[in-house]
Amino acid sequence: MEINGAQLIAIFIVSAVAGMGSVLDEFQTHRPLIACTLIGFILGDITTGIIIGGTLEMIALGWMNIGAAMAPDAALASVISTILVIAGHQSIGAGIAIAMPLAAAGQVLTILCRTITVFFQHKADGFAEKGSLRGIDICHLSALALQALRVAIPSILVAMYIGTGAVQSMLDAIPPVITGGLQVAGGFIVVVGYAMVINMMQAGYLMPFFFLGFVIAGFTQFNLVAFGVIGLVLAIVYIQLNPKYNKPAVAAAAPASNGGQDDDLDDDLDD
Amino acid sequence: MKKLTKSDFFWTFVRSNLLQGSWNMERMQALGFCFGMIPIIKRLYKGDERKQALKRHLEFYNTHPFVTAPIIGVVTALEEQKANGKDIQDGVINGLKVGMMGPLAGVGDPIFWGTVRPITASLGASFALGGSLFGPILFFVLFNLIRLLVRWYGIKYGYEKGTDVIADVAGNALQKITEGASILGLFVMGALVNKWTSVHVPIVISTIQKQDGTVAVTTVQTILDQLMPGLIPLLLTFLCIKLMKNKVNPIWIIFGLFAVGILGYWTGILGM
Repeated sequence: MEINGAQLIAIFIVSAVAGMGSVLDEFQTHRPLIACTLIGFILGDITTGIIIGGTLEMIALGWMNIGAAMAPDAALASVISTILVIAGHQSIGAGIAIAMPLAAAGQVLTILCRTITVFFQHKADGFAEKGSLRGIDICHLSALALQALRVAIPSILVAMYIGTGAVQSMLDAIPPVITGGLQVAGGFIVVVGYAMVINMMQAGYLMPFFFLGFVIAGFTQFNLVAFGVIGLVLAIVYIQLNPKYNKPAVAAAAPASNGGQDDDLDDDLDD
Repeated sequence: MKKLTKSDFFWTFVRSNLLQGSWNMERMQALGFCFGMIPIIKRLYKGDERKQALKRHLEFYNTHPFVTAPIIGVVTALEEQKANGKDIQDGVINGLKVGMMGPLAGVGDPIFWGTVRPITASLGASFALGGSLFGPILFFVLFNLIRLLVRWYGIKYGYEKGTDVIADVAGNALQKITEGASILGLFVMGALVNKWTSVHVPIVISTIQKQDGTVAVTTVQTILDQLMPGLIPLLLTFLCIKLMKNKVNPIWIIFGLFAVGILGYWTGILGM
């Protein structure tokens, strides 16, 4: 599918917004659910965009920047894989598979950008010396613009060349055993994201709740809302009953129960 | 008497949404924090004091982006007192920022990245997988609503309570919320591991011709499902956790699983 000029401009804007979202992590415009949907809309097939977004979102569920550690980049992966599926006529499974190397590439690119922006940080020191508020604004926003271009430029290049015969025949040359295998892998690749979330929590002593969720899901047809409500109730009850948060009450109760035991013991001895 | 106006707070709130825009490897969110403080600095300081204030907020800073809100609030309260002549050293303000960012990041990461986002995103994805536009909209609205409320009331709360916030950070309340969020997050993760994965092992173990003419085919998957549905995804999840604990990059694990998928499909061990 040829992508026309207006669509190219729209892709540039959306991918720039996704790039900004990726570094800001505020509005979540870099998340597959949002980015894939918007690209799908631009390319005239929003439904496919939404489905790719949903699929990719589950894989990317645990992709998060913690401290100074960068996550795989959802922005670049979302935008380009959606272009490949809709304009490049690939299966969703293949699109997802291609998204993974892109996420890795995006991760490298963002680390590069975040190194380059050290320059703006030093520039800002100079403006602080002069007391220039506007200068500091410009430094900050330039760094943000750099992150926008990080995603927008690769995306627009893919969009421009996707309609060409060479790219198309290259994509079509992928053997069916690979695309089938990728689809199979798509069924369980999501566990990486779940593992990332669990790993980040670092709360081994709360793992019984994980297993409870797992078993309930295995034997019921509850939907996510139901799981959310049950989880919330469990959390509240746990906090309410946890002796850690009820110290005075425990202190008062402890002697009483000890006394009780002593009495039992005495009774036993009497017998 | 220098007094901050409503619009100063509003613009600081707006700017704080761009906190991480200039995130860099040297001082991380430092420039972003200063960018957020500019309406406050502009109102309170002139001349050399302004330069000093700008420099003060260009020091190393990094925390979870949303919980930065109460820190902005506390710092704003201190800056206002300082501008009105109270003797507050630069080191006090920076010490406060550095002292709060660690504990607050420890709260923000499990709550927002570990619970709120995975839950709102998977809820959105569950609709999106059926092609419904409601999914992306639900995620976008729900997540940003929570986020903006935390930002707005965080700044307000920090400003009103001032340095008293530090006692709250060290106290029980935040620990309770973090622990509760972790329980909710882990519970839902457990459900997702079972519900939103599909592994199918179609290898036939036995084919029995029953008396009524029907054929009962038993595959490896049938037996596994009788044992415990979702057993393979569960084991895979723990394998991933083990690998991540050994510092393997998640992207490599993903590539590895793709290879397993292709190999399994090719040999017929794994089916659709």
